[in-house]
Amino acid sequence: MKILVTAKRVTDPYSKIVLKPDRSGIQTDNVEFKMNPFCEIAVEEALRLVDAAGGGEIIVVAVGDEEATKEVRTALAMGADRGYLIEADESKLDSDIVARLLVALVAKESPDLVMLGKQAIDGDNNQVAQLTAEYLGWPQATFAYKVELTDGGKGAKVQREVDGGVETVQVSLPAVVTTDLRLNEPRYASLPGIMKAKKKPLETLTPADLGVDTALKVETVGFEPPPSRAAGVKVKTVDELIEKLATEAKAI
Amino acid sequence: MADILVLAEQQLGKLAKASLHAIGAAKILAEKTGGTFEIAVAGQGVAGVAAQLAGFGAAGVVALEHDALAQYTAQAYAQAFGNYAKASGARFVVTAATSIGKDCAPRIAARLGAGMAADIISIEGAAGALVYRRPMWAGNVIAHVKVNTPTVVVSVRPTDFPAAEATGTASLVQSQAASVDAGSLRMQYVGLEKVESSRPSLTDASVVVSGGRGLKEPANFALVEKLADTLGGAVGASRAVVDSGWVPNDWQVGQTGKVVAPKLYIAVGISGAIQHLAGMKGSRTIVAINKDADAPIFQVADYGLVADLFGVVPELTDKLAARKG
Repeated sequence: MKILVTAKRVTDPYSKIVLKPDRSGIQTDNVEFKMNPFCEIAVEEALRLVDAAGGGEIIVVAVGDEEATKEVRTALAMGADRGYLIEADESKLDSDIVARLLVALVAKESPDLVMLGKQAIDGDNNQVAQLTAEYLGWPQATFAYKVELTDGGKGAKVQREVDGGVETVQVSLPAVVTTDLRLNEPRYASLPGIMKAKKKPLETLTPADLGVDTALKVETVGFEPPPSRAAGVKVKTVDELIEKLATEAKAI
Repeated sequence: MADILVLAEQQLGKLAKASLHAIGAAKILAEKTGGTFEIAVAGQGVAGVAAQLAGFGAAGVVALEHDALAQYTAQAYAQAFGNYAKASGARFVVTAATSIGKDCAPRIAARLGAGMAADIISIEGAAGALVYRRPMWAGNVIAHVKVNTPTVVVSVRPTDFPAAEATGTASLVQSQAASVDAGSLRMQYVGLEKVESSRPSLTDASVVVSGGRGLKEPANFALVEKLADTLGGAVGASRAVVDSGWVPNDWQVGQTGKVVAPKLYIAVGISGAIQHLAGMKGSRTIVAINKDADAPIFQVADYGLVADLFGVVPELTDKLAARKG
C-alpha cells in the first residue's frame, strides 16, 4: 500500500484571524502556523491503513514556501516515510494549480491512495482533492468518517459524512480520499519520531520541475472583514427575554 | 443555448431545497450578464423533478437520464453534468454548496477547464468584471475572488441567496440520455444511514437551538431538544460535545460543521469559540444562555441571559409552550 498524503501549512485554527489595516491580507504577527487539522487526520489515517495492509510507504507533500518544510517534517515524525516540499508562493496558488501539482506527483510516484484533509482551514476551498481525482480519472470519497480496505487492498469501503446522515461508497483503488473530523484522533509525534524524521528523505521541487503551468484560474483580488455584530443587551429574567424576542426582535 | 446552467440536486426523486437557492443565484447572475439560465437535473427517472423545476423562469429544463445515475456518485454525476455543460456551451455553471455540490462541482470544473469560486455569498460587479465574495478562515475574512477562465463554476452558500420563487410561466422540459462512460466508473453507492428526525434540517430551520459543554452530560441535551421542539426548530451542538460523542456529528454548528443562518439562534451552555461563532454569526437574532458572564458568545448575542441553564431553559420552554397555547 503506497499512500500520498498532504500536509498543508495553515494558521493555527485556534488563533484569532484579523485583517491588516490596509486589508491586503491577514495579520500574521503573533499567529502560529501548523499543519491543517484535517491533513493531520489524513496522515493518521494513512498510517493506520498501511498498518492494516501489512506494510507500505507513506509519502507526504506540502505545497508552499520553505517554512512548510516544518509540516512535512511533522508528518515524517508522525511516521510517514518520505517527503516532498513543492516550493511556491502561497499567494500565487489556486486550488487548480495545487491539484495539477499533485497529479504530476502521482505520475511520478504511482500511489494507491491520495489522502487529503477535506478542506484547508484558511482558504476553505474544498476543491483540491476533487479536482485531482477528476484530472486522474479516479474515484473519490470525500468527507470520510470510516475507511476500510477491501478486496485484498484493491478497494476501499468508505463511510462519508453527508447532509442528513452517513453514506457508504465502495471505490476501487487507486482513489482519492478526504478526511473529516470524526475519522480518527491524530497521534502526537514522539521524541524518537522527531529525531528519526530529521534523517528521512525530503526532496524540494518547484512547479517548473513538475511541468505545471502556474497561471491562476481563480484570483483573490481583495479582502474585507466580516460584518461585525455588536454585542446586544443582557436580560435578567426569562420573562424579559420572551418579551424582547416577541416585541423587539419579532423572533417568536 | 442559455449562458448559465444551474445544476439541480435530487435524491430519490425529491428536489433539494438548496437547489432553489442556486436558481436564485442564477437569476442574479442572469440579471447582471443579461443572459438566460437553464436548469439540469441528473438521475434515473427524474422527469418528475424536472417538471417541478419548470416554473422558475428558466429558458429550459433538462433531465439527464442514465442507469449509472440512479444513486449519486461523484464520478458519474461529474461526467453527466460536465459533458452536458460542455455541449450546451454554458459560460457559468451554478450549484448549491451542499455535500453533493461540494463533492461534485470541482470535478465538473476540472472537466470544463474552468476556475471555480466555492461557497460564494454574493456576486458583485458588472458583466465582464464579476467578483465573487466568499468566506475564508471560517468566515473571519471575506475574500473577493475573480475567475480568469472563459467558463466559470460557482457553488453558492444556500443561506446567502434567496430561494427562487415561481414565476407562473412554464419552461420547456426535455429529457435526454446523459453522456456517461459507464466503463470508466470505479465507484459504487452502497447505502445511506439516515439520521431520522421529525425536526427541520439544521440548514433549513428558521429556529436553531444549540447546546454545549455547559450541559455537563449527554442526558441533559434533552433540555435543548425540548426547547427546540417547542419552537419547531432544529437542534445544533458545539464541536466540543460532538467530539465527546454526546450527539451526532451532523448536529455540529461551526467552521468544521454546518453553517446556519436562522431567524432565531439560541446558544445554551456554549462558550462561543471562534470555531462555533463562524457557523452561526449570520443568524438574524442570537440568544445566549450561559452562567459565565465573560463567555465570548455574549459578544455576538443580541440577548444574553447570564444564568444557570438548568433553571432557565426549562422555564423558557414551559413559558414558550404556554404562549403557543
